Amino acid sequence: MNKSGLSDWVLFFCFAAAVLTMPLWLAPFGANYPDLMQKFAIFGVFAIGFNILFGLTGYLSFGHAAFLGAGSYAAIWSYKALTMNVLPAIIFAVIVAGIFALLIGFVSLRRSGIYFSILTLAFAQMSYNLAYSVLTPITNGETGLQLTLSDPRVLDAMAGVAVTSSLPNPNIFGIKTSGLPGFYFCAVVLIIGFFIALRITRSPFGMMLKAIKSNQTRMAYTGFNTRPYLLWAFVISGMYAGLAGGLMAVTDPLAGAERMQWTASGEVVLMTILGGAGTLVGPVIGAALIKYFENIFSAFNKFELQQVFSFLPEGIQDVVVSVVSMFVGKGWHLTLGLIFMIVVIFLPGGIMEGVRRIARVFGLGKKKITEPASVANSQQGQVNG
Amino acid sequence: MSNKKTPLSTWTRRDVLKASAASTAIAGAPMFFSRHAYGADFLNAPTGDTVTLGFNVPQSGPYADEGADELRAFELAVEHLNGEGDGGMMNTLQPSALKGNGILGKKVAYVTGDTQTKSDAARASAKRMIEKDGVVMVSGGSSSGVAIAVQGLCQEAGVIFMAGLTHSNDTTGKDRKANGFRHFFNGYMSGAALGPVLEKAYGTDRRAYHLTADYTWGWTQEASVQASTEAIGWSTEQKVLTPVGAGDFSQYITPILNSEADTLILNHYGKDMINSLTQAVQFGLRDKQVNGKDFQIIVPLYSRLMAQGAGDNVKGIYGSTNWHWSLEDEGSKAFVKSFGAKFGNPPSQAAHTCYVQTLLYADAAERAGTFEPCQLGKALEGHKFDGMGNGPTEYRAEDHQCFKDVLVVKGKDNPSSQFDLLEIVEITPRAQVEYAHDHEMFAGGDLGSCNNGA
Amino acid sequence: MDAILLQILNGLDKGAAYALIALGLTLVFGTLGVVNFAHGAIFMLGAFCAVTFNRVLSMSTKVRDESITAFEAYKEVPILAAKFPVAGPVILDYSVPLALIVAIPIMLLLGLAMERGLVRHFYKRPHADQILVTFGLAIILQEIIKHYFGANPIPQSAPSTFAGSANIGAMFGLGDNLVYPWWRLIYLAFSVTIIGAVFAFLQFTTFGMVVRAGMQDREMVGMLGINIQRRFSIVFGLAAVVAGMAGVMYTPILPPDYHMGMDFLVLSFVVVVVGGMGSLGGAVLAGFLLGILQSFASMNEVKSIIPGIDQIIIYLVAVVVLLVLPRGLLGRKGVMEE
Repeated sequence: MNKSGLSDWVLFFCFAAAVLTMPLWLAPFGANYPDLMQKFAIFGVFAIGFNILFGLTGYLSFGHAAFLGAGSYAAIWSYKALTMNVLPAIIFAVIVAGIFALLIGFVSLRRSGIYFSILTLAFAQMSYNLAYSVLTPITNGETGLQLTLSDPRVLDAMAGVAVTSSLPNPNIFGIKTSGLPGFYFCAVVLIIGFFIALRITRSPFGMMLKAIKSNQTRMAYTGFNTRPYLLWAFVISGMYAGLAGGLMAVTDPLAGAERMQWTASGEVVLMTILGGAGTLVGPVIGAALIKYFENIFSAFNKFELQQVFSFLPEGIQDVVVSVVSMFVGKGWHLTLGLIFMIVVIFLPGGIMEGVRRIARVFGLGKKKITEPASVANSQQGQVNG
Repeated sequence: MSNKKTPLSTWTRRDVLKASAASTAIAGAPMFFSRHAYGADFLNAPTGDTVTLGFNVPQSGPYADEGADELRAFELAVEHLNGEGDGGMMNTLQPSALKGNGILGKKVAYVTGDTQTKSDAARASAKRMIEKDGVVMVSGGSSSGVAIAVQGLCQEAGVIFMAGLTHSNDTTGKDRKANGFRHFFNGYMSGAALGPVLEKAYGTDRRAYHLTADYTWGWTQEASVQASTEAIGWSTEQKVLTPVGAGDFSQYITPILNSEADTLILNHYGKDMINSLTQAVQFGLRDKQVNGKDFQIIVPLYSRLMAQGAGDNVKGIYGSTNWHWSLEDEGSKAFVKSFGAKFGNPPSQAAHTCYVQTLLYADAAERAGTFEPCQLGKALEGHKFDGMGNGPTEYRAEDHQCFKDVLVVKGKDNPSSQFDLLEIVEITPRAQVEYAHDHEMFAGGDLGSCNNGA
Repeated sequence: MDAILLQILNGLDKGAAYALIALGLTLVFGTLGVVNFAHGAIFMLGAFCAVTFNRVLSMSTKVRDESITAFEAYKEVPILAAKFPVAGPVILDYSVPLALIVAIPIMLLLGLAMERGLVRHFYKRPHADQILVTFGLAIILQEIIKHYFGANPIPQSAPSTFAGSANIGAMFGLGDNLVYPWWRLIYLAFSVTIIGAVFAFLQFTTFGMVVRAGMQDREMVGMLGINIQRRFSIVFGLAAVVAGMAGVMYTPILPPDYHMGMDFLVLSFVVVVVGGMGSLGGAVLAGFLLGILQSFASMNEVKSIIPGIDQIIIYLVAVVVLLVLPRGLLGRKGVMEE
């Protein structure tokens, strides 16, 4: 127990160090600009939360984007109605998403397996469709909910914040939360979120969830009511999603309905599986990888490729550029599809499986990296999942 | 609202910000911070011998073809600005401060991004351009939601946004921003331009049935068209909202068969329009007679790419468009020639507006003598020009909307080539489509003050 | 009255489309236990079989239009019509139904290749892995199509004989406003035929019997010494053919683009699950039920009472059905419940 406690701390500090030093080590990848690093952190939070439900209990929710969207809307409304300070916004985001998750989870958890997945999907799609059209007075529909100059901002007005002719920025006690400060804010939240997830995983509650995953029927036969535990896991992971949604509003005060669409729900599923469901670090890596492709690979254009390959002789350069351009720029989806297939074919268990294999080669074994043990456990459970 | 610069009021807080940003950045010292050069008086002030523009277009999703065409136009505009190629509309722009040696002597470079026709993705992409690539201007877009979202971002960040294809009234109405400029026309103009043509073609006694995409753009267009058709004496039989991306519209079309309506107005765009028009024709609406009149269909906003998707179904159907390659003025001819020679197909209206916006931006920078967004914006406000394919045009200062003639087009009965799908019925003069900047359909907006990001 | 009859027809037509796509999905679900996110892409590939077939038939020698010099605009002189002046235009006119002849073998081979080359290795893997790999495959297939055909929808016309509408009202003496497009009626009939054929095949052939037995209890059938694996790969091919044919025949109604599969994917999953896992009949029933309810929910009379109901009706019905009937309409116990 002590030993694993120690290695958890090692894992936690390594994780925290890696997250906080992102601006340094991401530089060679061209990814060390604030917005992308913010996205890494935000979707890391989202994926960690999703993993608490899916990775631990095996319940595959296909509607988690609804909570992300609800969190975003709640945060923006907090800006509009109360104050531009991000703390109330985030608290509101988490609470609203939690309540939303409680309602949807209460109904959806009456079913299991694919029936559960479709129920969550249905709720999320209904939220999306309504937010896009009929609920426009609340959500501002397609355009997305934005700040306006005429927002009341009751608390700010009471505190005597000067009204300027430009839109106010979200801030934490005066420090603007866009750009690099915004990243550090998200990074700290991610680290806290990671810590809580770590504690949950190691707690008796976490054990209970894993037990549900490995054999729910047996749990039920022992006279154990699993549903309250599942509902808690669902609500917690929904709150993580709401937190992620709130953070999106912290770094960029806009909330659109498409955040609730099934493709957004699918994205977090893909992130988690790609990184390694049931592992702690895997979902964060999966989230970062997908966001990296979306933002960096899609940005290459012919002009840049020609510069990159300018050292080649002209004829070869054209060929190389035209081949490579199939996979970047407008073809970035193709690369993403290939990565999905390659990872899942060669690394069952996601990228963390690859990390484990590399660790084994270097003789690190199980002692140092505690993750693999839980991967192995969870994989057995997943066959039924 | 005036565009008075008021940076002083926020000066102290910004100082704090910079100090905190600088202290947190010491550990990372990321290279992009060098671009911000604290001494510079605006965000991303170009320091080297190049200036970077950001072209943010849909490269995946339903509008990917439109985005690809926009990207071609940008590429061509950059080429022309840098003095390569035949110069295109640079030769016809009147008055012009462009010199063909880049902008303000700096060679033009560009970065591209994929909006995926999603607000979040578009903003992420635009942020990358601003934060990482150091652009001074962002352009592009193929849907109003995305354009409005990116326009808001550019306002917050402090760069200029030159809107691409966005047709919603809101872009320069309710959601107008000091840093955002739109050359493309809008729903109100479509309605105003169509009214008289429809009166001439179909008379004053008709009953219109609207099928409208259920989101902001659809609503604003529906309102605009309804106003202008009722002004010529038509009545509005029914207005039905349809879910975006419905695919099969049959359940919305059959009720039309049983109504008293004799005209169907499709407030759809892109794939929705292609599907609903195709299916409406299949249901025999165009062969129908109501109250002794031939049933008619109208598509208020047309594009050639959409017309291609709908095939033969567009024949004889009226609509409006911002520009069409078959125009015979010098500017259009020069642009079509130069675009056609490079890419082998005529430019779409989306390509045209993106090309024009890039040139107008460059011209304004030359006239202002700086890339500083506020001074550059001043140079665009109220600017009058000609030779860009739309006749005499003015960037109105009050709402940053271009005012110019609008084309009413009709699907061609006998297309001579795969590109020749629309014919121009009338060029509606500017006066007829003009409106007050605080017109009720555009009310509630406020440009705010311009932001240069410093 | 007319309005209601027409909405029933709309619902049946829509339902037929849903059912046909869901049928293949539930076959693969039920027999192989595989969550196939590439099923929508297969539907899309079927549609593009029709597009390609039409392109091949309408290949033409290009004669440049000299009046336009800036870019290559051309008039087309179709080869087919030039070679076969009588039959050529007729064949071209019927290119959509004729494309079935091409699509069936192509889709069968594609299905078999997918099963043998990829899906086979994922039978014992978690559903999550199946989702990831088939989703990746779907993206790749889409991008390939986008690369060659562009992102814009490509219109396909129904044979000119069926281009107009059938005046059903006049046929049955029900009034003038009861018209319905021929091609949609044909699509309905076609779907019902295919669904019937698949059922008959599973019901009355030995092959079908083994497959049905396999759906009930795969291990048991395997123990009996029957090579269930090979039969299952044929089932996968069959599912691909059904989806592909649906894609071909749907093109005149919905001009195909590379993304159309994704648009149908979620919907077809909902249909399958509402029908109940492992039940073919359930999938068909759910398809028609959802189609008809969706049509009625879109009527102005209904929308004026509950605004936006047509936006969510499918999902609302799914929730209600799954809460009232734990395993969907006709689902069996224990299939994909864990």
